[in-house]
Amino acid sequence: MTSHHTGEMPAIRYNFAYLDEQTKRMIRRAILKAIAIPGYQVPFAAREMPMPYGWGTGGVQVTAAVLGPHDVLKVIDQGADDTTNAVAIRGFFEKTAGVATTTATAEATIIQTRHRIPETPLGEEQILVYQVPIPEPLRFLEPRETETRQLHALEEYGLMHVKLYEDIARHGHIATTYAYPVEVAGRYVMDPSPIPKFDNPKMDDCPALQLFGAGREKRIYAIPPHTRVRSLDFEDHPFAVQRFAKPCALCAASGVYLDEVILDDRGGRMFVCSDTDYCAGRQAQGHRGEMAAPAAGQALDVMPGLDPGIHGVPPVLPAQGVDGRDKPGHDGVSDRVGGAGGMP
Amino acid sequence: MTTQTATDDAPLLVAEGLGKNYGARIGCRDVSLEVFPGEVLAVVGESGSGKSTLLGLLSTELAAGAGRVSYRMRDGELRDLAGLGPAERRLLMRTDWGFVRQNPADGLRMAVSAGGNVGERLMAVGWRHYGNIREEATDWLGRVEIAADRIDDDPRAFSGGMRQRLQIARNLVTKPRLVFMDEPTGGLDVSVQARLLDLIRSLVAEMGLAVIIVTHDLAVARLLSHRMVVMRHGRVIETGLTDQVLDDPREPYTQLLVSSVLAA
Ligand SMILES: Nc1ncnc2c1ncn2[C@@H]1O[C@H](COP(=O)(O)OP(=O)(O)OP(=O)(O)O)[C@@H](O)[C@H]1O
Ligand SMILES: [Mg+2]
Ligand SMILES: [Zn+2]
Repeated sequence: MTSHHTGEMPAIRYNFAYLDEQTKRMIRRAILKAIAIPGYQVPFAAREMPMPYGWGTGGVQVTAAVLGPHDVLKVIDQGADDTTNAVAIRGFFEKTAGVATTTATAEATIIQTRHRIPETPLGEEQILVYQVPIPEPLRFLEPRETETRQLHALEEYGLMHVKLYEDIARHGHIATTYAYPVEVAGRYVMDPSPIPKFDNPKMDDCPALQLFGAGREKRIYAIPPHTRVRSLDFEDHPFAVQRFAKPCALCAASGVYLDEVILDDRGGRMFVCSDTDYCAGRQAQGHRGEMAAPAAGQALDVMPGLDPGIHGVPPVLPAQGVDGRDKPGHDGVSDRVGGAGGMP
Repeated sequence: MTTQTATDDAPLLVAEGLGKNYGARIGCRDVSLEVFPGEVLAVVGESGSGKSTLLGLLSTELAAGAGRVSYRMRDGELRDLAGLGPAERRLLMRTDWGFVRQNPADGLRMAVSAGGNVGERLMAVGWRHYGNIREEATDWLGRVEIAADRIDDDPRAFSGGMRQRLQIARNLVTKPRLVFMDEPTGGLDVSVQARLLDLIRSLVAEMGLAVIIVTHDLAVARLLSHRMVVMRHGRVIETGLTDQVLDDPREPYTQLLVSSVLAA
């Protein structure tokens, strides 16, 4: 790698998209089974990937197995294309598969995501690949794997409602705001990975294929196109998504998921789209939020490409989302303890 | 407790030739018995005599090495439990049966509130209205003498006696017909025990529950049960009406047990 003869050095040769063909076939079989049984967690022989667990190894393996040379790949982390995690995974596939990449949701054929579903509606030609830290929705109440498997097999999901009951008892409402459990195709209860519950309705009847990969836990599951996905709730506490008081401060979009951004150490803050591509697109169309620079001439330094700085209001310090999600980066063990379940 | 006798002449549960070994060791051997609706059957014997093993076999939580257990389903049909599918068996266990364990951590969800513990079975059978679940849980907490304002506390904040009462509420909320109890008063102070036994006795009478209760405490058996079986080395060596067995034991071993020589 450090040779001066870069031209002559035999480059390290990867199979297309890193994984060997036999492994990809194994993963594709798991994916097909997952599609055949919507919401069911299919075990697969997850491979070691050249990145640590918690950095999306499950999603990366699924993407590698479905990726073709003509695909156009987009990778987002909490809605942003420019975080370390997203940049690393995009770079990985540029290098190992030589595929085209994009930040534009509409141009992508495969979108690998951590913790968000893009705001731009997905189409039939697209595949959304989720990185999943903990695939088992019942884990927080029933740690025994043998038992949770039984519960799924026998469709015993009372326990899932115990968790929601506890939420209401403690907080007066269902306080679970992300990794909010859903019932898929009227049968399996599924953890949608730590997306905000705001995104749950997008999974329902979605024209795109949705694939979920959990590397550490070696599980793949799927929602085929146009599948009924219902968020669990109580009759007297129906499921509802988060609402935001104001539109995006940069692009004035409403009805989208916003992140809080700390502007200074004196309490200055603003709420902006978590989906950076969506926000940039709207700004390019001339939409202006209250914190955006004037529309004329020297508008915001909006970069529709790979470069960082899409939210070009310096200096911006990303704060945690309004629902208290963990910060962009990786899904480490900490997610298990304080995170997704909201239960001890 | 001889004032009440079994109310029905068809047995609720029938065990025939039950046996189980743990490797070379006998867990229990060749046990046949019947339990009638509304009847409390005590299983007594010293430590290691096979009481818990028998209870596990009767409730199908342990796989039998020999024999079989049949149960009269709500439709009146007596079914061999080994012939039930897993879904049917689990449904039976969480609706028609109850389990009160000696160790509350085995019978409760310790990190879930008292209300959630009681509500779990309701949610498991399809209740989806929070207000109704809470109302029913509140009612049941009251019936086991737990103050309504403890509904959102989890059992880790409860005393031993309260935990056992919570287990009872959690089980009885679906109005089961048969409850299995393994040393439900074990490890409790004498005064706490007495209160718990009183509560169990009144609920059993009120709901017409059949109970199979394992205890090595003959006083518990006398207070609660109509009939009892005495176990030794994995076998039932004597069986009869509780007062008869305790006042006039036939077997020499039972005589020793009753005279407290063998008090476990
Ligand atoms: N899991 C096991 N593995 C091996 N041997 C066991 C197991 N459980 C019970 N035994 C043995 O089976 C016999 C009956 O045990 P069991 O637990 O049924 O007795 P018990 O009457 O309930 O006793 P105790 O009053 O102490 O609870 C004992 O010899 C015991 O050592
Ligand atoms: Mg025992
Ligand atoms: Zn925006």
